[in-house]
Amino acid sequence: MTSKDQSTTAAPGDPILAPGHDLETITDKISSLVLARGASRGWYVGAGLGLLLVMLLLVSLAYLLLRGIGIWGLNNQICWGFAIVNFVWWIGIGHAGTLISAILLLLKQHWRTSINRFAEAMTIFAVICAGIFPLIHLGRPWLAHWLLPYPNTMGLWPQFRSPLVWDVFAVSTYATVSALFWYVGLVPDLATLRDRAKRPLPRMIYAFLSMGWRGATHHWDRYETAYLLLAGLATPLVISVHSVIAFDFAVSVLPGWHTTIMPPYFVAGAVFSGFAMVLTIAIPVRAIYGLQDFITMRHLDNMAKVMLGTGLIVAYGYLTEIFIAWYGSNGFEEFMIKNRMVGPYAPAYWSLILCNIAVPQLLWSPSVRRNTRLLLAIALIVNIGMWLERFIIVVTSLHRDFLPSNWDMYAPTFWDWATYAGTIGLFVLLLFLFMRFMPVISIFEMRTLVEPAGHEDPTPTGEVEP
Amino acid sequence: MKDYVAPHLHEEVQRREFLRLMSASLALGGLGACTRQPTERIYPSARSPESRIPGKPLFFATAMPMTGGAQPILVESHMGRPTKIEGNPLHPGGFAATTAQAQAAVLGLYDPDRSQVVKHDGRISNWPAFLGSLREALDGLDEQGTGLRILTETVLSPSLADQLWSLLNDKPAAVWLQYEPVNRDTARVGAKLAFGEDVLPIPSFEHADVVLAIDSDFMTTGPASVRLARDFAARRRAHETGAKLCRLYAIESAPSPTGSMADHRLGLSPARIDALVRVIARAVGADVDAPEVASLPAEHRIWVEALVADLTASRGRSVVIAGELQAPAVQALAHTMNAALENAGATIHYFDPIEMEPVDQVASLHQLVDEIEAGDVRALVILGGNPAYTAPADLDFGECMSRVPFCAHLALHEDETSQRCGWHVPEAHFLESWSDTSAYDGTASIVQPLIAPLYEGRTSHEIVAALAGFVGKSSYETVRAYWKRESFTDDFDALWARSLHDGWLAETAFEPRSVSLSPDLAVNLGEPAPVFEGDRMEVHLRPDPMIWDGRFANNGWLQELPKPITALTWDNAALISPVTARRLRIEREELVEIECERGKVEAAALIVPGHADDCVTLHLGYGRTKAGKLGSGLGCDAFRLVSSAAGWSSVGRLQSTGRRYRLARTQLHHNMEGRDIVRSENIEELSSGSSSTHSESSGSEDQHEEREHTLLAPPAPHDGPAWGMVIDLSTCMGCNACVVACQSENNIPIVGKEEVLRGREMHWIRVDSYFEGHESSPEILHQPVPCMHCENAPCEVVCPVGATVHSAEGLNDMVYNRCVGTRYCEANCPYKVRRFNFYRYADFETPSLKMMRNPDVTVRSRGVMEKCTYCVQRINEARVRAKKEGREIRNGEVVTACQGVCPSSAIAFGDLNDPDSKVSRLRSLPQHYGLLAELGVRPRTTYLSRVTDKNPEVEKA
Repeated sequence: MTSKDQSTTAAPGDPILAPGHDLETITDKISSLVLARGASRGWYVGAGLGLLLVMLLLVSLAYLLLRGIGIWGLNNQICWGFAIVNFVWWIGIGHAGTLISAILLLLKQHWRTSINRFAEAMTIFAVICAGIFPLIHLGRPWLAHWLLPYPNTMGLWPQFRSPLVWDVFAVSTYATVSALFWYVGLVPDLATLRDRAKRPLPRMIYAFLSMGWRGATHHWDRYETAYLLLAGLATPLVISVHSVIAFDFAVSVLPGWHTTIMPPYFVAGAVFSGFAMVLTIAIPVRAIYGLQDFITMRHLDNMAKVMLGTGLIVAYGYLTEIFIAWYGSNGFEEFMIKNRMVGPYAPAYWSLILCNIAVPQLLWSPSVRRNTRLLLAIALIVNIGMWLERFIIVVTSLHRDFLPSNWDMYAPTFWDWATYAGTIGLFVLLLFLFMRFMPVISIFEMRTLVEPAGHEDPTPTGEVEP
Repeated sequence: MKDYVAPHLHEEVQRREFLRLMSASLALGGLGACTRQPTERIYPSARSPESRIPGKPLFFATAMPMTGGAQPILVESHMGRPTKIEGNPLHPGGFAATTAQAQAAVLGLYDPDRSQVVKHDGRISNWPAFLGSLREALDGLDEQGTGLRILTETVLSPSLADQLWSLLNDKPAAVWLQYEPVNRDTARVGAKLAFGEDVLPIPSFEHADVVLAIDSDFMTTGPASVRLARDFAARRRAHETGAKLCRLYAIESAPSPTGSMADHRLGLSPARIDALVRVIARAVGADVDAPEVASLPAEHRIWVEALVADLTASRGRSVVIAGELQAPAVQALAHTMNAALENAGATIHYFDPIEMEPVDQVASLHQLVDEIEAGDVRALVILGGNPAYTAPADLDFGECMSRVPFCAHLALHEDETSQRCGWHVPEAHFLESWSDTSAYDGTASIVQPLIAPLYEGRTSHEIVAALAGFVGKSSYETVRAYWKRESFTDDFDALWARSLHDGWLAETAFEPRSVSLSPDLAVNLGEPAPVFEGDRMEVHLRPDPMIWDGRFANNGWLQELPKPITALTWDNAALISPVTARRLRIEREELVEIECERGKVEAAALIVPGHADDCVTLHLGYGRTKAGKLGSGLGCDAFRLVSSAAGWSSVGRLQSTGRRYRLARTQLHHNMEGRDIVRSENIEELSSGSSSTHSESSGSEDQHEEREHTLLAPPAPHDGPAWGMVIDLSTCMGCNACVVACQSENNIPIVGKEEVLRGREMHWIRVDSYFEGHESSPEILHQPVPCMHCENAPCEVVCPVGATVHSAEGLNDMVYNRCVGTRYCEANCPYKVRRFNFYRYADFETPSLKMMRNPDVTVRSRGVMEKCTYCVQRINEARVRAKKEGREIRNGEVVTACQGVCPSSAIAFGDLNDPDSKVSRLRSLPQHYGLLAELGVRPRTTYLSRVTDKNPEVEKA
């Protein structure tokens, strides 16, 4: 990864844990967010907003089931629209968590410690949001289980050559492993919360969830093994899930989809958007909960660098597409690129270039990387840009393909937007619930960052893990 | 029992108690229905009629009455329900195919909006009450029938005319009038100008090498269109046998299917056509006072010179056809040219008109209006038609007729005319009634019912019989008695049976007759119509290609059937040329106001390349206020621009209103973008071997050629049939009859204007049209696109549940009940021929529509994909038949719905493994190609490129 050499030779300037913390203060600080701080008015407003949007999602889904997917702006030509765009977008966002937790863990990037917990949570919530779409985009969603290979009286299997069947496996595996990984990582902290909780009900719940964790040496030993194994399992999934989703497009014959660059380009895009989303969440959370000591400028800086790196890969992808369209001298491909650039969806294409290529170049400047407001704005722009990228891939390729007689336009309806907004609401609500009831930052892992008294080395070596 | 009685009655209820309760409730229930219901005995068929085998359709011959001449047809009947219409190959007039309107007649029969009961002043009444009221009204008149007027559409039925004539014998003061908006008035005047008598010209293309069509859409409109299209198409395929092609020149205002087939086409406004035809007539040797060809502007001069040279070189082997709605002078000029070119009797034949009583219909209606205003009309009986809507605007017939004391209207729908009549009587559809009618050549056909009237439908025969005092005389009796009297045969029963079986009556066809030119023609022609430019322009009104004069307005199939070339559905539009649009700064879908002397309408503009400049075309039949749930309130009423004096040519002003109106079109892009989609090549290129324009057209050499090296495994060879289709683009004229035939055969739902606007039409076959070349004289190309049934089908590999799979015979099958609706197949289909049920489009509730369905085809529900199946039900039917008879499926035994209906036989279907099949032969022709074959999908549906016969003189220019 691009970030590897950056952080092992980390800039000595910024610590990954602000000075002055000892084991006690870390535990106090993080566990108090859940146990002592309670729910503020801001929390109610945020969670309420999420809940409202979830209601909108439920209404949209109910209406969808009642009427059919005709309520969306799809037609015979553009038969995939927002549902697929949003699916790919959400899955992309869901990449950062596992990448941070698993790959950076294996690469011994200790700066990941303070952000991995909520990045993982974000991953799971994004996958939940993503998982809604392939189900509801079916014409007959009540038959979605036909995509699963299960013994049935019809004697029928799914059609294994279809990338949509691969998607089912890729996404469900990814969701399972990510959830497990997150939960396993939570167990020691749940035990801490159990021990610190004053009221009986929370204590019972945390006790239940911590599965009898006592911090015994053999607990730690097994925990370490399990965590490493899961990290090993999750690592290839980070690459595979978006590669498989890219196959949906790459396997088809459609100009704009039918290209071998799709899998790597999708993975890079996913990491790009995932880190953008982590930043989008980390910056406000850090400010609101006063976690500047734990999520330091060093973290933000590193994440911005990852964004810059993956953004450049994505830019390379765009350029390759254009080059191959010209070099391949396939008239349909050439037209597809031209149509993206000057066709009816050209504003979307150029916004995408602006959001994904032009704006992230600001991150070359260290002062931008250290300006939280600017960084937040760039992260948001990248999120929008990545959504536009999926829109461009899905819609502009479909709307003008081989036979001009078919050409048509796609106009999303109210319900398209409502469903999309609804999943954002679901994501927000889940995040708020998570921040309220779970430790946002891994307590025990943060404790490993505390320098033993009198130790001079500013960077932890990794050997201090229990 | 326990489960069905109320809980509190459980257990305690004894037998007596139960009986007491039940009798009390029965008595109470009975009080509500004190009237005794009449006894109606039902007779279940303990023994089915011999010919009826469940699951096996029967075919009956009948004829569809239509403006100008009947369409003889065969009707497929499933267990007594007519479900599908086919051409009648037994008919001598050449009706092996049908028009789009004939295909849609089935929906016309089952239309749930048809009027179902007799109504009096808007209230439900009944037939006896109507008869009583009619008797009363007639009794109020004197013996002579003074004040009785009967208004019919053009009567082509010999027995109905006979009934009317004998009625008029009894009541000499009564008057029978005829009015239909699209009629032969101008053609009649034209023929009389030329010959001094009314004749019906019918061209024959067998020996015609050069054809000039003057605003004549002879291939899709008119009573002989089906035959003419087939004959003409045969001459366009002549090169396959080494014979000469028939070259077609067309001059017309709005692009029509016939014009799109032309080798050379000029788009001119009606007045300019008039002027130019005079020049051409003079040049070919007719005695006409007109300028010389040399005086024409350059762009027309070369064209006309080439045309004249061609015509004169093919003396006796050319033909000039003028559209029936052209001005009388143009008709007369066409007759004169045919005489001058010695074509009469060789390539064009004249027949007596088939109208039973030819009258000037507009004059007829004018007379009726005058009489009503004078108070001379006491009783008006309108049999069919919708004059309140279709009458010229200046007559204000609707207002006028409501002044008649007794007014009755027989019609299929309660329409604008019924609204203004005291009595409305539901008409029996032609598929439920006995009658007779004639085809264009005079051949009479018996119209036989396929089903008992669904509602209280009556026929014109019954009403005229009632007028004559024969109440209760059935149509069957009337028609049979008439033919018994007329046939002069001993064995009438045999003749009758034979006529019903064959669908036509022997020896009723007219003989061609000779005509001679009237000597003072040149004087009578008059001056050419004035040409308008600038602010004022000609308004070119034409019947709609689909819903005609509005009579099919409530037929959803025809409404949703894309109009040829424009692909417009559910609306009419002001068609203008790109030049005119730019000049007036009008954009597509902008509402424009067309103001004529008589009135004004607002219509949405549609810019059509190839349309005449300084001229706007508007189709009739829209703007209905009371057509039914589907047909009311669509488009604008062009009849408001028709005046009784000016006929079909009006002059008006066109101006933008600045507002917009969305037109639902099924094709939005008519430019091929330089892609080699519809191939077109001139006959010389083809014969000189430099065929296939692909190598020059777009630089890429492998277009439509399959790659030699592919990673895809070659399809496994199969012993049985390998089904394939070849579509000849030389003869496809874009009439869209295949689309509606497919809709009828395959239970395809209509989706409505809103859904068409969203691009969700469901047709399994579509006819793409493209404009190539200059915007004012483009080449108009058509391409029917059904499923290609690719051997390497891209749709099949991507379906996650295997809902679309390949059959051993090469069909790309859709398994509806396995489909979960991912639409991945549609996304991956390069031809985009798949159609998705975004909503539950099929109507599962309306009882009459259930009867209409083809029982051999699944009715699809919401959320499943569907597409062309190559009419797999017909293949299976043939397979079952072949197996029962212990043989293979015969060559040509399977006919798909689109193939069967195609008037120009452009579609061939059959077994590619059979070297003798038509498809195998066509596939070996040099002009054969597969659309997008370079993708390696190996399409089973392939094309023959369009072969033209351009005049090198015109091409040089």
